Amino acid sequence: MSNDILVLAEHQDNKVKKISLELLSKATGLASQTGGSVSAVLIGSDVEGAARQLAPYGAKKVYLVSGASFEKYNTIAYSQAMAAVVERAKPGIVLGTASPMGKDLIPRLAAKLKAGFASECTDLRIEPAGSVPGGKLVGHRPIYSGKVFVDVVFNSAVQMATTRANSFPTKSPQEGANAELVKVDVGGETTLRCPMKQMEKGETGKVDLTEAEVIISGGRALGNTENFKILREMADVIGATVGASRAAVDSGYAPHDIQVGQTGKVVNPKLYIACGISGAIQHLAGMRTSKVIVAINKDPEAPIFQKADYGVVGDLFTVVPLLTQEFKKVLAE
Amino acid sequence: MKIAVLIKQVPDTESKIRVKSDGSGIEETDVKYIVNPYCEYAIEEAIRTKEKIKAGEPEAPVATVVISLGPDRALEALRTALAMGIDKAIHIDSEGKIFDGFQTAKILAGVLKAGAFDLIFCGKQAIDDDNSQVAQMTAEFLDFPQVMIIQKFDLTPDSKGALVTRQVGGGAREIYEAVFPLILGCEKGLNTPRYASLPGIMKAKTKPVEKLKASAFLGDTGPLTQFIHYQLPPERAAGKKLDGEAPQQAHELARLLREEAKVI
Ligand SMILES: Cc1cc2nc3c(=O)[nH]c(=O)nc-3n(C[C@H](O)[C@H](O)[C@H](O)COP(=O)(O)OP(=O)(O)OC[C@H]3O[C@@H](n4cnc5c(N)ncnc54)[C@H](O)[C@@H]3O)c2cc1C
Ligand SMILES: Nc1ncnc2c1ncn2[C@@H]1O[C@H](COP(=O)(O)O)[C@@H](O)[C@H]1O
Repeated sequence: MSNDILVLAEHQDNKVKKISLELLSKATGLASQTGGSVSAVLIGSDVEGAARQLAPYGAKKVYLVSGASFEKYNTIAYSQAMAAVVERAKPGIVLGTASPMGKDLIPRLAAKLKAGFASECTDLRIEPAGSVPGGKLVGHRPIYSGKVFVDVVFNSAVQMATTRANSFPTKSPQEGANAELVKVDVGGETTLRCPMKQMEKGETGKVDLTEAEVIISGGRALGNTENFKILREMADVIGATVGASRAAVDSGYAPHDIQVGQTGKVVNPKLYIACGISGAIQHLAGMRTSKVIVAINKDPEAPIFQKADYGVVGDLFTVVPLLTQEFKKVLAE
Repeated sequence: MKIAVLIKQVPDTESKIRVKSDGSGIEETDVKYIVNPYCEYAIEEAIRTKEKIKAGEPEAPVATVVISLGPDRALEALRTALAMGIDKAIHIDSEGKIFDGFQTAKILAGVLKAGAFDLIFCGKQAIDDDNSQVAQMTAEFLDFPQVMIIQKFDLTPDSKGALVTRQVGGGAREIYEAVFPLILGCEKGLNTPRYASLPGIMKAKTKPVEKLKASAFLGDTGPLTQFIHYQLPPERAAGKKLDGEAPQQAHELARLLREEAKVI
């Protein structure tokens, strides 16, 4: 197979998602080692607008698959489209993000292509052939909810992986860079099996926890739904997304889709601020790869302090509003 | 109607996971095993689906089968599912081998093909390898539609299909309209799994357990991925505790996050 890398780019409202630009940046770095080039794929009903945003981040070619049957996500239609693009582009590596779409689509595509697949990698690297069994790509990823890490090596012509958000720096865009646009006509099924009937929007503009760069989470100590307001106020100031522990969710203070942990979301932000969260192992399972962890807890013995880079022993109801004010000040400087 | 549930036995979430000194894998001694939590949602949904159909149409033939690929200890997990109320179990003996996701799906799809199932419930992921791929790959091998990370499953009145809701980013939800066959990956929130009752546990002892061998379904498919260099996560450097009264703590924290950690 070739040294080329193909990246599935996700988009919304004619804009390529940040997580995809991050992955494209990483892919460009990898390609400089494989000696290949990076291409991106866009699938949807109208993808031309998003296509232009990819070249500045290193895509030399952008494959476009569009049409009415791609208006809404559909596993079978999208995996057939991706397979057609792979057939055409002949990449040695295919990458996607570990988003709800990537998690659904990429493993299915891997089975279709008989390609080895590593999910939710937090790092990717290229090893010289011969130094690792099998191929050249090595995926580094957490297993056992982050209690252990492994390297995944491949033994297939095409090597595939998804990556977690915030794992790599996004390169500064090269304005004026151009990519060749290649329209791919996918035959495939015309009537969709298992079509998406409806999409219920969440809170508008809310970044998903798994993609968030900064997260402020509240635990049982918040005491009720109303008190989460102090976290939201801080979140507004620093552009964060609010999360919660399971105790907070089970007590009805917060919805399940913001639960962080073993049975909630696994997050990977640059900054995680845990407020009134004890730091149970199942909570750590969801956030331990965060780059910087802050704990605010009134119990100096709380286990969360063992994982925290910065610890504040104190009452969150006093500390959080003060901290919001301090953030306002430093951001105004 | 035939319903399958795919389950994996995994170490208890409370277990301490120890890496072998040569980094080739995990120490298995002293590990307590449980049914993968997401597979419990799958078991529960299968039982509920059967109960729902039976409530409307008591004579309708509905069979639930739980399937697990693994070593002998996987039998315990299968027994748990039988005790919860599944009708029959199939244990696919892994014959001392460790399979990657692709091979696992190949084997499971081979067994499922022979069973002509309409509906297959899986967990969204197994919490040991966190692979999140076996259900999707099995769906591809069977050429079934799939919906992953589901939080709601509503059978259509004719029991020939379902409305399935899955969670996507930012609290948004996608609702799919499916006609069986279908394979599903279950997420927390779908249901509350029941506990095995004492009569359930007694009854499970008389339920059929079929034994198959993985090699019969794998053919010559080798592993496409391999896990090497098992390692513990890097130790976090000891954190800083911020002293003083709340105003000083808040001031200092904001400064450190801005200037030292550079994350604000
Ligand atoms: C199978 C399984 C799966 C699980 N999955 C998850 C999961 O996905 N996510 C998850 O979070 N948990 C999960 N749990 C639950 C987990 O074990 C803990 O029970 C839970 O994380 C505790 O939440 P908490 O820290 O908010 O509450 P607690 O443990 O009750 O901690 C509250 C903390 O708040 C502090 N506090 C109280 N008042 C104040 C105040 N005014 N100011 C500052 N601090 C204060 C206390 O000192 C304490 O440390 C799971 C458990 C099991 C068995
Ligand atoms: N060895 C196995 N036997 C039966 N089912 C499995 C096995 N491995 C994975 N599965 C199913 O696939 C789901 C996802 O697993 P994974 O892809 O390993 O994270 C699990 O929740 C199970 O439903």
